[in-house]
Amino acid sequence: MLAFIIRRAFQAIGVLLAVGIISFAMFRFAGDPVNQIVSLDTPAAEREQVRRSLGLDDPVPVQFARYLVQSVQGDFGVSYQFRQPVSDLLAERMPATLELAFCATIFATVFGVLMGVYSGLKRDSVLAKVFQTISLIGISLPTFLIGILLIYLFAVILGWLPSYGRGDTVRLGWWSTGFLTLSGWKALIMPSITLGLFQMTLIMRIVRAEMLEVLRADYIKFARARGLTTRAIHFGHALKNTLVPVITIVGLQFGSVIAFAIITETVFQWPGMGLLFVQAVQNVDIPIMAAYLMLVALIFVTINLAVDILYTIVDPRLRSTIRQPA
Amino acid sequence: MREGRETMSVPVLSVRDLRVEFVTRRGTLKAIDGVSFDIAKGEVLGVVGESGAGKSVTGSAVIGLIDPPGRIAGGEIHLSGLRIDNLPPEEMRRVRGRRIGMIFQDPLTSLNPLYRVSEQLVETIRTHTNLSASAARKRAIDLLAEVGIPAPDKRIDSYPHEFSGGMRQRVVIALALCAEPELIIADEPTTALDVSVQAQIIALLKRLGREHGTAIMLVTHDMGVIAETADRVAVMYAGRIAEIGPVRDVVQNPLHPYAQGLMGAIPSLEADAQRLVQIPGAMPRLSAIPPGCPFNPRCPHAFDRCKVERPEAIQHAEHRVACHLYDQSPARTEAVA
Repeated sequence: MLAFIIRRAFQAIGVLLAVGIISFAMFRFAGDPVNQIVSLDTPAAEREQVRRSLGLDDPVPVQFARYLVQSVQGDFGVSYQFRQPVSDLLAERMPATLELAFCATIFATVFGVLMGVYSGLKRDSVLAKVFQTISLIGISLPTFLIGILLIYLFAVILGWLPSYGRGDTVRLGWWSTGFLTLSGWKALIMPSITLGLFQMTLIMRIVRAEMLEVLRADYIKFARARGLTTRAIHFGHALKNTLVPVITIVGLQFGSVIAFAIITETVFQWPGMGLLFVQAVQNVDIPIMAAYLMLVALIFVTINLAVDILYTIVDPRLRSTIRQPA
Repeated sequence: MREGRETMSVPVLSVRDLRVEFVTRRGTLKAIDGVSFDIAKGEVLGVVGESGAGKSVTGSAVIGLIDPPGRIAGGEIHLSGLRIDNLPPEEMRRVRGRRIGMIFQDPLTSLNPLYRVSEQLVETIRTHTNLSASAARKRAIDLLAEVGIPAPDKRIDSYPHEFSGGMRQRVVIALALCAEPELIIADEPTTALDVSVQAQIIALLKRLGREHGTAIMLVTHDMGVIAETADRVAVMYAGRIAEIGPVRDVVQNPLHPYAQGLMGAIPSLEADAQRLVQIPGAMPRLSAIPPGCPFNPRCPHAFDRCKVERPEAIQHAEHRVACHLYDQSPARTEAVA
């Protein structure tokens, strides 16, 4: 098991190195960084001095090594537009995005699994058909449209929920949370639904398909022949067997939720990393873009590792294949 | 407790004129059409036939696990005198596992891969008894020992994939035995196993049936298994019983032309190596069962009556055979028809 985790960790480092090369290349090839820092009328000698002081006259591999070392230490340079360290900017925005992604994923998982199990067990009922229709809407409507429709209904017409921002937040150390105030919770509702709706429908459809598949399995028929209660068969034996694909989807989608938060954050003016990234793209703020890239890659890689470990907890067959790799 | 003699006379399983239909878009298919048989305490009834003859469906009907669109369309099933074919689902669930155990063909897929063997055994035992968790575990270990799993107290916490195929089938048998059922339905229990393991599983089933007085309905297409294990044998063809009788008689002296063809198709080491007898044609599909005797298009002895009138089961010595060749009282059958 430990060897498996170490092996996976090395793969993760490989992925991060590759992403590091890409984000480093952005600095080299998306214009001369010195031009971004100095003003138009700076004399050439001064430019050279800035170049030397930033180490930009060193050979490329040396620069790359320095970039990596600084990245690992959490130093992503200074934002061109804000004149602040990128790491500070990201740290300030990260709680907003992570709280949003967390709520969206919880929403998607809870409702997706419940609706999926129900429509798998009672696939001919009216409610199951309603769920299927909702899922079709969720899959096909673009995120921003759902967000705007929700804003129109609940913020403009009914006036129940705020249309933008994250409400009042409370600072816990460097982490600012919206979980501790009523307005924070209210502000979370619509963006979470908007962000999680696609994931919810995906999870629902996968759970439903898996349930239908598993209920046909021999061990379910044998469980019925053993006289187990319907409840034990459905929730003890069938549901657990649908979990492996569900974990895959929830895990991988958590990464997508963070990455796709860009759109939702723009629609709701949510002060998270996605909004910061959109602003950075508009202003060619390469340090922020590069750091965001690295951060998203890190999140994906971490989630993948967590998902692999979770598999082995759910499915004992994978445990033994990991212990004795073929 | 009832009188000993009366208990002896009531068979463990009594199936009367069972009919099972599958309602499909292209009409109703009769998978089982008028099947009757008894199994006494401690008796092993072998049920043989080709694929699609209705062997497994009969087993599923007895334990009440016919999946829609299939349904029991008629007849009665009695378990030790209790009629079970029309029980409400919850009461039938209590019969399953407690009074009727079932063993399926493929031990690799019969066990839930995500639960330890101990969890599956204890769950089944506690569903049907009031035993505490620790008492149920002790019983589970005893059961594994009884079905011949070495070091059961250690092996019990293994997962199904950590057992070999034969060992897994032993676990499946242990699961079927959890509540000491009166009847075990074994649906092709050895088909998925190696030949050497097959013999062990058959010996195990025979021993369990003998020691506990369990009635066993052994569904298989393997005549060798039947000849070794069964006391009586029912030969099924196109959803009906063609012939039923003591295993020795049916194997050595089959009456029904189909049974004769079936026995002729068993390779024998003693006989000279001639070509095996083959029954011409194939079993009809359920949607195209011919009128009269379903075997008449393939039967070498078919005559006019076979094409129009369905043969009823006739008692002939110790056999019951559904064939006009053995009918000696035409007036009676005409009246029935």
